Amino acid sequence: MIRLLGFAAIAVFPLLASPYALTLANYSGLAALVALGLVLLTGVGGLTSFGQAAFVGVGAYATAWLTTAQGASPWLGLALALALSGGIAGLLGAATLRLSGHLLPLSTIAWGLALFFLFGNLDALGRHTGMSDIPPASLFGHTLNSSLAGYTMIWLAVAVAFWLCGNLLDSRAGRAIRALRGGTAMVESLGIDSFAMRLAIFVIAGMLAGLSGWLLAHVQRFISPTAFDVGPGMEYLFMAILGGAGHLAGAILGAAIVTVARDRLQDVLAHIGPNSGQLEVVVFGALFVLILHRARGGLIPAVLKLLPARTRANPPDAAPLSRRALPEAGTVLLEVDQLTKRFGGLVAVNQVSFTLRAGEILGLIGPNGAGKSTLFNLVTGLLRPNAGQVRLLGRDITGASIRRIARLGLARTFQHVKLRPSMSLLENVMLGAHPRGRAGLLAATFRLDRAEEARLAAEAMRQLRRVGLDAAPHGLAGNLALGQQRVLEVARALAADPLLVILDEPAAGLRKPEKAALADLLRQLRAEGVTILLVEHDMEFVMSLVNRIVVMEFGTRLAEGLPAEIRANKAVQEAYLGGVA
Amino acid sequence: MSALLEARDVHVAYGRVEAVRGVSLSLPAGQIVTVIGPNGAGKTTLLAALAGLLPSRGQVIYDGRDLAGTDVEDRVEAGLCLVPESRELFADMSVEDNLLLGGWRMRRDKAAIASGFAEVYERFPRLAERRRQLAGTLSGGERQMLALGRALMGKPRLLMLDEPSLGLAPLIVREIFHTIADLRGTGVSILLVEQNARAALESADYGYVLETGEITLSGPADELLHDPRVAATYLGGHT
Amino acid sequence: MLLAQDGIATGAIYALVALGIVLVFLVTRVIFVPFGDLVAYASLSLAALEENRRPGLIWLVLLLAGLAFLTEALTLLRAGHARLLPRAVLLYLLLPALPCAVAYVITPMDVPDLLRIVVTLALVLPTAPLLYRIAFRPIADAPVLVLLIVAVVVHFAMTGIALLCFGPEGARPRPLTGAIFEIGDIIVSGQTLLMLGAAVAASIGLLVFFARTLTGRALRATAINRVGARIVGIRPGEAGTTAFLLAALLAGLSGLLIGPVTTLVYDSGFVIGLKSFVGAIIGGLVSYPGAALGAVAIGLLESFTAFYDSAFKEVVVFAGLVPVLIIRSLLQGQAVEDAEEEL
Repeated sequence: MIRLLGFAAIAVFPLLASPYALTLANYSGLAALVALGLVLLTGVGGLTSFGQAAFVGVGAYATAWLTTAQGASPWLGLALALALSGGIAGLLGAATLRLSGHLLPLSTIAWGLALFFLFGNLDALGRHTGMSDIPPASLFGHTLNSSLAGYTMIWLAVAVAFWLCGNLLDSRAGRAIRALRGGTAMVESLGIDSFAMRLAIFVIAGMLAGLSGWLLAHVQRFISPTAFDVGPGMEYLFMAILGGAGHLAGAILGAAIVTVARDRLQDVLAHIGPNSGQLEVVVFGALFVLILHRARGGLIPAVLKLLPARTRANPPDAAPLSRRALPEAGTVLLEVDQLTKRFGGLVAVNQVSFTLRAGEILGLIGPNGAGKSTLFNLVTGLLRPNAGQVRLLGRDITGASIRRIARLGLARTFQHVKLRPSMSLLENVMLGAHPRGRAGLLAATFRLDRAEEARLAAEAMRQLRRVGLDAAPHGLAGNLALGQQRVLEVARALAADPLLVILDEPAAGLRKPEKAALADLLRQLRAEGVTILLVEHDMEFVMSLVNRIVVMEFGTRLAEGLPAEIRANKAVQEAYLGGVA
Repeated sequence: MSALLEARDVHVAYGRVEAVRGVSLSLPAGQIVTVIGPNGAGKTTLLAALAGLLPSRGQVIYDGRDLAGTDVEDRVEAGLCLVPESRELFADMSVEDNLLLGGWRMRRDKAAIASGFAEVYERFPRLAERRRQLAGTLSGGERQMLALGRALMGKPRLLMLDEPSLGLAPLIVREIFHTIADLRGTGVSILLVEQNARAALESADYGYVLETGEITLSGPADELLHDPRVAATYLGGHT
Repeated sequence: MLLAQDGIATGAIYALVALGIVLVFLVTRVIFVPFGDLVAYASLSLAALEENRRPGLIWLVLLLAGLAFLTEALTLLRAGHARLLPRAVLLYLLLPALPCAVAYVITPMDVPDLLRIVVTLALVLPTAPLLYRIAFRPIADAPVLVLLIVAVVVHFAMTGIALLCFGPEGARPRPLTGAIFEIGDIIVSGQTLLMLGAAVAASIGLLVFFARTLTGRALRATAINRVGARIVGIRPGEAGTTAFLLAALLAGLSGLLIGPVTTLVYDSGFVIGLKSFVGAIIGGLVSYPGAALGAVAIGLLESFTAFYDSAFKEVVVFAGLVPVLIIRSLLQGQAVEDAEEEL
């Protein structure tokens, strides 16, 4: 509904606006395209780029050179602009996207400047003066050189890009992209290739900027390098964050506000003095810092609060996804064989062995610092052992990547719950089912993935029902109490159709009734044939629940047996209550 | 008897999760009071809040003064020093530099620093041997000694120890607890948080049992030591 | 040979700035992009004083002091610490205003060059700590990414104000020395030697400061372990201010040295700062010698490309970062990180 109103407003605007307002609207639209890419990058994907203006330049110069120097059609220029901006983004992304946190945005400043200086110094690109007399695009014999034609092209592009990006975010790949923010550990543990996802949005953002550059070149008909400096690059980022980097609409809102405000400010500030030429940057800067200090979510969240909440129906049932063959109860499922891990001189895990059979709950316990977490990380692929083997159904998975182990059927939960609080329960669980779908980015962008999406949603709904969280599947995961969040993580793990679920201290921080509810759920799952490895230090929780227990202390296996045996074991008592000093 | 530290109805929350719920405790000057309880009970959270590292609700009175609105550094300045579970040493600096910085509170008093060094090196001769070594290269037991030594350099009135025995071999645990008992003799008050219940109760005057964020049991340490309910909280025996 | 000499001399200046960058980053996690701007401000201010013009930096410092005082006062009042207000007046208003007043008074006077240099340095010194108070202290615990964005924004905002204060014209202070030395066939200018000497002296000074003084050790401790520093009573905020102050000193020094060699305008500091950054990143952004070496390498690269085609020296220097980053990310391998919730 709101979207329709938006599209209608775009359609009606040129009928009412003055030519001057139309020009401003054109610049807003051009900026909105770039900011849209930054929303994908920053607000959604957790990456940041100060160099987007350089991609605008790549698109603009590519088409300007092709159409003026080579006399080619602007439509050919569009193809080149998109290919070049996407290609360069791909190369730069491949080179820099693995870098940790702050080095990536810093590098965007560096290559942004490198491209800017390149534009300004190449003779073929008109050096510092830029290029002029760029031909307008034409369609069916009509030359698109009026302000109105420019408006139509630009805002049509914005509308289409907005729609496609919206499609993308509401898909299997889109969920993976939205899950990138907040760390890759969880994302990789679901079998998702986080690097590929980052690269994808980086390329998309680059192409959106390239598209903006193409439009700029053919609507404005001249270009000069100053528009592609890091300064404008920062302004694009300001637009995205001011509008609300978490929402696509934030890009449009932010672009419009900044474009109009700059225009007004320049008028006002010009009267201050001879050297006040950049004072609007000061105003923007102060505002930007204020927003980063006070309201990092931007304006859209405040706007959304005023609108009525959308009600959504529960996903309908759909054909089930294919399942993997589960082994008979009692089959040896997981074998940990003489596993050893050293950190420097410290032996964190020392020749630990145990086996886990299908259909049972095995508890792995031990006091703090006993090496449980290290063992856990060795089994799930986060760490590589120095010696020993881990086998899943007889297949050696020692040292395999997290992603591969996840895809082989080992699902886990986290001690410090790792959900995406701003995504719905349903979406969080659908993330777990990611490896069971195959629709890619293109299919998602053009809505060819709906049948599979329905099946994924239905599967997630089934799992929510299974754990008893089906009352409000569209509620946000962040609104749940800790106990429910743990249960939601279990549902996410189940959605992967796992051979084995590993729970990392699921009782930590829970109140007594929450613990009891969780224990009931795990018993019910065991009855349904789910195999569970429980890493835990809450003895009461473990004792009441598991079939067998392995106790660790100082990195070695201290004891193994039935709960009652373990409780009576003197060495275990000593380890927990401590020896008398 | 006047309490050096008094906590009244303290609540600590991590985001939406309340890890400590309405804890009250009192520490008479010159005594060792211990808070024991199984892992995940909220012991570390409670201590971090008392030290000012985490925001909390409720009242904390230290030496007759309400600590509301004071931060960690203010509390250190007043002689309330924390030795955290994670030690938080300066790994890339020498043992001696770590100790020197421990005396930050006394930085204007050269004599106090010198006597601090002498005392710490006398108490932990191992640290004196390794004074030039980087803290990051020390063994687990030596790190705990250094953490303790660093706190002692500030001449604390109240020392808050979080799991000093964590991850240490039994022999070293014994050594650490001897030191703690010894410190009591020098007039330092100690709030000791431990998972190792027996050792903690052996050296303490009074004990509190913390379970899922609440005090479930308290009493003189030697009584708690023989209370079967304490063992039950650890091994899950009670029904 | 002349190229190498030039390269090393500029590289030495980049190295000074890079040291400041690493220092500030390690202690406060702020990647202080506006750092290069201070270099230009120092140079422009000295040139102005020499020509008996009032340096625009006076107004900039007063503006920052006012803003910083407001920020501090608001924080104090909100926390109910009104009794600390006089201290805030002293630290954030009077202290920064002092060099401004001196500079204001001596502008028309004929004073020794040395005094002008000292006053210029004293003017540059408060800028960085004041910016820290205004823009970074309120969000000291924010993710590095947010701090970085703020730093970039602050740079652009500063550029606008600097244009107003300094005007668009460039200026070049007189060389600190006109001496020329001949060593065999090689001719070395005194200024070049001074640049090198200052860089070496500042590096050694920094080394001694960190290894020998309590404050230096406290800064290192804060950089290594913030929680550890807090629990012995070291305030990260104060350590941060000290780091920014030191960094400003390094920037001011760089400006005085590089000014006579290159004409700087109000916004040319950005590129100087960024080149130093590239150097610091080559060194890993955590190591002082690494940053210094990286910065010298950048100076050399720049000087040699400038010889072959001066138009492309910036392109080469900045694009040069990309292969460095590729190597770094290959060395780093597949890192699975638990990032904080960003922005």
